[in-house]
Amino acid sequence: MQQEAAIREPLILGEKTYGQITDDVMAPVVGKANRSWWIVFGISAVMALWGIGCILYLLGTGVGTWGLNKTVGWAWDITNFVWWVGIGHAGTLISAVLLLFRQKWRMAINRSAEAMTIFAVMMAAVWPGIHMGRIWLAYFVFPLPNQFGSLWVNFNSPLLWDVFAISTYFSVSLVFWYIGLIPDFATIRDKVTQAVPKKVYSLLSFGWSGNAKAWNRFEEISLVLAGLATPLVFSVHSIVSMDFATSVIPGWHTTIFPPYFVSGAVFSGFAMVQTLLIIMRKVMNMEDYITIKHIEYMNIVIIVTGSIVGVAYLTELFISWYSGVEYESYAFLNRATGPYAWSYWIMMTCNVISPQLFWFKKLRTNIMFTFFMSIIVNIGMWFERFVIIVTSLHRDYLPSSWTMFHPTFVDIGCFIGTIGIFFVLFLLFARFFPVLPLNELKTILKSSGEQYKKHNQEH
Amino acid sequence: MDFIFSKRAKITFSILMLIGVIAMIFGFMNDQTDHHNRFWANIFINGFFFFAISLGALFFLALQYATEASYMVVVKRVIEGTSQFIYIGAAILIVFFLAGTFHWHHIYHWMDPEVYNPDSDHYDAIIAGKAAYLNQPFFWIRTLAYLGVWCYFAYLFRKRSLMEDELGGTKTHFKNITSAAIFLVFFAFTSSTASWDWIMSIDTHWFSTLFGWYVFSGIWVSAMIFLVLVTIYLKGKGFLPAVNKSHIHDLGKWMFAISFLWSYLWFSQFELIWYSNIPEEVTYYITRIEHFKWLFFGIFFMNFVFPMVILMARDAKRTIGYLIVVGLIIFVGHWFDVYLMVVPGTLGELHFGFMEIGMFLGFLGLFLYVVFNAFTKAPMMVKNHPYLEESKHLHI
Repeated sequence: MQQEAAIREPLILGEKTYGQITDDVMAPVVGKANRSWWIVFGISAVMALWGIGCILYLLGTGVGTWGLNKTVGWAWDITNFVWWVGIGHAGTLISAVLLLFRQKWRMAINRSAEAMTIFAVMMAAVWPGIHMGRIWLAYFVFPLPNQFGSLWVNFNSPLLWDVFAISTYFSVSLVFWYIGLIPDFATIRDKVTQAVPKKVYSLLSFGWSGNAKAWNRFEEISLVLAGLATPLVFSVHSIVSMDFATSVIPGWHTTIFPPYFVSGAVFSGFAMVQTLLIIMRKVMNMEDYITIKHIEYMNIVIIVTGSIVGVAYLTELFISWYSGVEYESYAFLNRATGPYAWSYWIMMTCNVISPQLFWFKKLRTNIMFTFFMSIIVNIGMWFERFVIIVTSLHRDYLPSSWTMFHPTFVDIGCFIGTIGIFFVLFLLFARFFPVLPLNELKTILKSSGEQYKKHNQEH
Repeated sequence: MDFIFSKRAKITFSILMLIGVIAMIFGFMNDQTDHHNRFWANIFINGFFFFAISLGALFFLALQYATEASYMVVVKRVIEGTSQFIYIGAAILIVFFLAGTFHWHHIYHWMDPEVYNPDSDHYDAIIAGKAAYLNQPFFWIRTLAYLGVWCYFAYLFRKRSLMEDELGGTKTHFKNITSAAIFLVFFAFTSSTASWDWIMSIDTHWFSTLFGWYVFSGIWVSAMIFLVLVTIYLKGKGFLPAVNKSHIHDLGKWMFAISFLWSYLWFSQFELIWYSNIPEEVTYYITRIEHFKWLFFGIFFMNFVFPMVILMARDAKRTIGYLIVVGLIIFVGHWFDVYLMVVPGTLGELHFGFMEIGMFLGFLGLFLYVVFNAFTKAPMMVKNHPYLEESKHLHI
């Protein structure tokens, strides 16, 4: 058993026993959904349906229904894509990087963060898909044999690298998430009494027996996957950033993009985890497991990554002047003072200035404030992508083609739709899946559980 | 346990310093380059490289406090000792910058007032456009601010650490967490600006937003390599009985991971500039590829592939032999990284001979002497650190 210093705060509150952890995590699975679950689910489902309607209209009519024009040929579609991919970063960071750093607090949040990652990446994948116009030809993004004719993917294009990076990331995240779920499914299988759920959970748990050898392999594969997933966390958003940075567009081409996008992605991902978990811990009575300390740690990650993003903004701004290249300087001047200045300042306020409030311990341990801030950061990070994409394009090298971008109801509808689908999926997850890794949590009960910590201190 | 600076080590380091002095004198006399730029470039490469190791150690120490990490507590005195070279490193850098101000060398092209003068033949419109930032008074204010604040924190953490041994309790520890956070914020900005001021401005026309983070990763990895090697040495001599295989493993992981970080940033910067091929940016790499081809790609291979392939396995990171071999190779590799940031912009082509090797050895001797001397000033094991027991029981 590893020694834990007395000054570390407990991660599981109250007088918990192993059995109680199982019961607490299983309560939503075996119980009935309460009224608030149905209300949120209903709203999400309506949003999802509206979005699906808009997507069908888009596919039936064509990409012209979006507000794109000759100058701004890429706007909400790619903004939403990058936003969703970014959100999909926190899960794997929590499960892989924090596992490698032996952070015990990850155990209360990794399951739902990973689920969020998977759903977010799915929502991201919607965007390039529907942007193709002829979605039924989507398989052309893969390098397929030349029987299809002379069309062949362009290996020099970062858009293709994106296909590889994101599909790899999605596969590894999914496997990671699912392997973690297997022992917990098995616990549910052993506990539920109704025939049908027992059958389903039994199938899902792949005949997990829980013997020592199985656990040994479980831990080994977790480490191997963590090792594989860590470079993926970096590669995915680095390659997304290269979609822009390999170009020669002022405002897009800057070398800081890869690490800065990664940091921004983790930043937005943690904000979304906060949004989801603060509601979930309340609705599902998980306050003893997802404690204020957990929320505080996540807020610290938010300050750090938000500040890294802030340093990157200032670096870009400074170097655009320092470079002496007039196009480069203008791109940034236009961002801060041009017709889209409002979006730039929303971004600056939400991403750089407001997270600094978390330096105050009172604020970062305040649940309502954290929830509010998580929404602010989500908004800010959406605007960051909007600023990068639209403000760099709308005033190009030729002043006669300068223009503005105006979203149509289809742009808005599709975006709202992905939010709806995302929440529908997450709510279903919260209802039928073990939202905390209950078996892993048990491993830290005796070192980080409140009553055991007290006991250890007394002796 | 107290560290004993053996006579043999003292003599070895003194011999190294002597070689360095000889290399400096002969190098300076035989230096045919304009304004003895080759000599001064070597002063800067070595001065910066070893200064950076102590700065990296200071950063790592602050990171340990701020992240509430326990595993490195048993080697905390090693990290602190390494950070104590920072004062001498800072002094060397100041001498080098002063030499620039007095025009003893022309490594910083922009320090020449002629380039700002529109009537002069040497007028350079691009550099003149940067005058608001690249001017001597502002440069000196910035440089002294970075060096002053960094040295202050090195002094502060050291003082507090010795105080904690005496006083006990957790008060010092919590104060350290706050100070570490303040240092990290300051460092986040100044590590970038310092690398623009001191290194990027050598190639005055050129710019890259990633440059500061790239230099930072080099600083960090050099510090981690040194910490791995010196910990292995000290443990071998029996001065660190509490350090077990798990601690060595963790240090090895850092060396492995930060090598990846460095490679990632090296590649990001290179790939984006190479791919876009914009004239004002790509010149930087054209010089390096035309005149330093083998070295340029060689160090990437060395600093990335070696640690990746050799240290991937768990056992390799727990085996001292592997760590020493890889550590020594990439230690030299990262010295060459600094070399490649400085020399192409100052000399334009490869100059490598007795002066380079001798001065490297001389600075190495000085660095080791100062650091080992710092080790003698305090017990090698901290007392009363709240995570000490946790660290001693580390088992992975």
